Amino acid sequence: MHKANISEERKKYLRSILIKKVSIKLTQIAIIIAFIVAWEVLAKKEIIDSFITSRPSRILETFINLSRNQLLMHLGVTCKETIIGFLLGTSIGIFVAIILWWSDFLSKVAEPFLVVLNSLPKVALGPIIIIWVGAGTGAIIVMGLAISLIVTIMEILNGFLETDKEKIKMAQTFNCSKLQLLTKIVIPANISTFINSLKINIGLTLVGVITGEFLVSKAGLGYLIVYGGQVFQLDLVMTGVIILATMATVLYGSVVLIEKLLSRTHKFG
Amino acid sequence: MEDLLKICKISKKYQAKNGEVDALKDISFEVKQGEFVSIIGPSGCGKSTLLSIIAGLEDKNSGTLYIDGEESSGISPKIGYMLQKDSLLEWRNIYKNVIFGLEIRKINTPENRKYVEELLKKYHLYEFKDKYPSQLSGGMRQRVALIRTLAIRPKILLLDEAFSALDYQTRLMVTKDIYEIIRNENVTTLMVTHDISEAISMSDRIVVLSKRPATVKTILDINFEMEVRNPLSVRESPKFSKYFDNIWKELDVNA
Ligand SMILES: Nc1ncnc2c1ncn2[C@@H]1O[C@H](COP(=O)(O)OP(=O)(O)O)[C@@H](O)[C@H]1O
Ligand SMILES: [Mg+2]
Repeated sequence: MHKANISEERKKYLRSILIKKVSIKLTQIAIIIAFIVAWEVLAKKEIIDSFITSRPSRILETFINLSRNQLLMHLGVTCKETIIGFLLGTSIGIFVAIILWWSDFLSKVAEPFLVVLNSLPKVALGPIIIIWVGAGTGAIIVMGLAISLIVTIMEILNGFLETDKEKIKMAQTFNCSKLQLLTKIVIPANISTFINSLKINIGLTLVGVITGEFLVSKAGLGYLIVYGGQVFQLDLVMTGVIILATMATVLYGSVVLIEKLLSRTHKFG
Repeated sequence: MEDLLKICKISKKYQAKNGEVDALKDISFEVKQGEFVSIIGPSGCGKSTLLSIIAGLEDKNSGTLYIDGEESSGISPKIGYMLQKDSLLEWRNIYKNVIFGLEIRKINTPENRKYVEELLKKYHLYEFKDKYPSQLSGGMRQRVALIRTLAIRPKILLLDEAFSALDYQTRLMVTKDIYEIIRNENVTTLMVTHDISEAISMSDRIVVLSKRPATVKTILDINFEMEVRNPLSVRESPKFSKYFDNIWKELDVNA
């Protein structure tokens, strides 16, 4: 597109879009700043009790202290558990979904079990997992898996089953085998299903890992938050929550980045 | 000339949870080498079912099917089936779409690829071979789908309302293009349509089916005695409206 070809109306239109975008961003930033400032000021004037609410300057202090000693370690532990849980959940989920897609009989048999497991609050499995796997990193990863796996299976199986019937029929006119159908039609047609499932999965695995850390761990962000609560150190709790939020954003952002890279080399619907 | 396709007393009942559907009853007709035959009949009478049986995608309940002199069951490599929707794969470029059938049938050989490239060149699609389906017009997509079907060098081409998704203008042009390709490549064709004009404009013979369960009502020979025949020019012929009335009445009696 050449700049010279853009008409006055078009310029106006583009500018109005840009202005809107910028003002939304600015408002968002302003809200955060206002919130932090209000929090700090109210705590300083002792209108709110900073023993219960903590305050931004002390959170920053805790953050700096933590980075001198343990923060990176805790962050690393949670990150590692989440990524292992995520990779396991995604690959096992895809594998099971493929098997269920392959056999209509198996998928009909599995359906009620999946529905029950899906609606069961997985935290309830905590004690069982701890007894079976032991109170350690293993249990935390299994907890992450427990939360993300069933959703992955259902999401991907659904996508597979909803593959355009016309495309399947077209492939069948060439006498295509089930394996060819899977690799040449169903999987490539479902790239966006995979991406969506990755997006959901990364969040769910993190939920599972933090739940697991609440229950058993000796390290990790979940542990840090629970520990902070137990010793009534709200500074620690707040710092942990903020780091966790940042980490969740970064993990989700990496999935979005993968999506962008994929869409550059691979067209999908 | 030899019967390339011979359909003998084919019947089909669908079994569904809420009952049986009688789709086809004792359908018989032949298609000779090099012929263009159309099947016309009211909507829902069983035309797609018949093509699917010939292609081997559906089982028949009774009757026999001969392809190139041999009794056939299952999916025959001698048949190319072009469906109503082009079903181009949006993640493959045009070239990769066109060789899809070769890949699936594991005959992606240099000779076959060369043949595909010739077809693409001959029908003005070669320069688009690296483009993706979404970048092509409806008419072009339909031509790509046809070349994908022809790539496996079928002896018989089946078309199931292959143009009905296109708007009227495009449809006339595409009909002409596709007709030229089919005649050039000398492919025997069996086409299903519910459009009387389309059937007359392209066919050597028209099989008129009754409403469901479909039986053969009549088989009509079409002959315009023209030197160069194409789907647009025959519409000018006085015979065209005669044929039209004929078929219209055959279909109407059933209604
Ligand atoms: N898989 C199926 N199961 C049950 N009934 C079917 C099935 N496919 C088609 N039918 C029924 O068979 C009849 C003929 O369908 P079809 O061959 O698609 O008609 P046409 O192509 O002439 O419009 C219709 O009544 C349709 O509802
Ligand atoms: Mg039909």
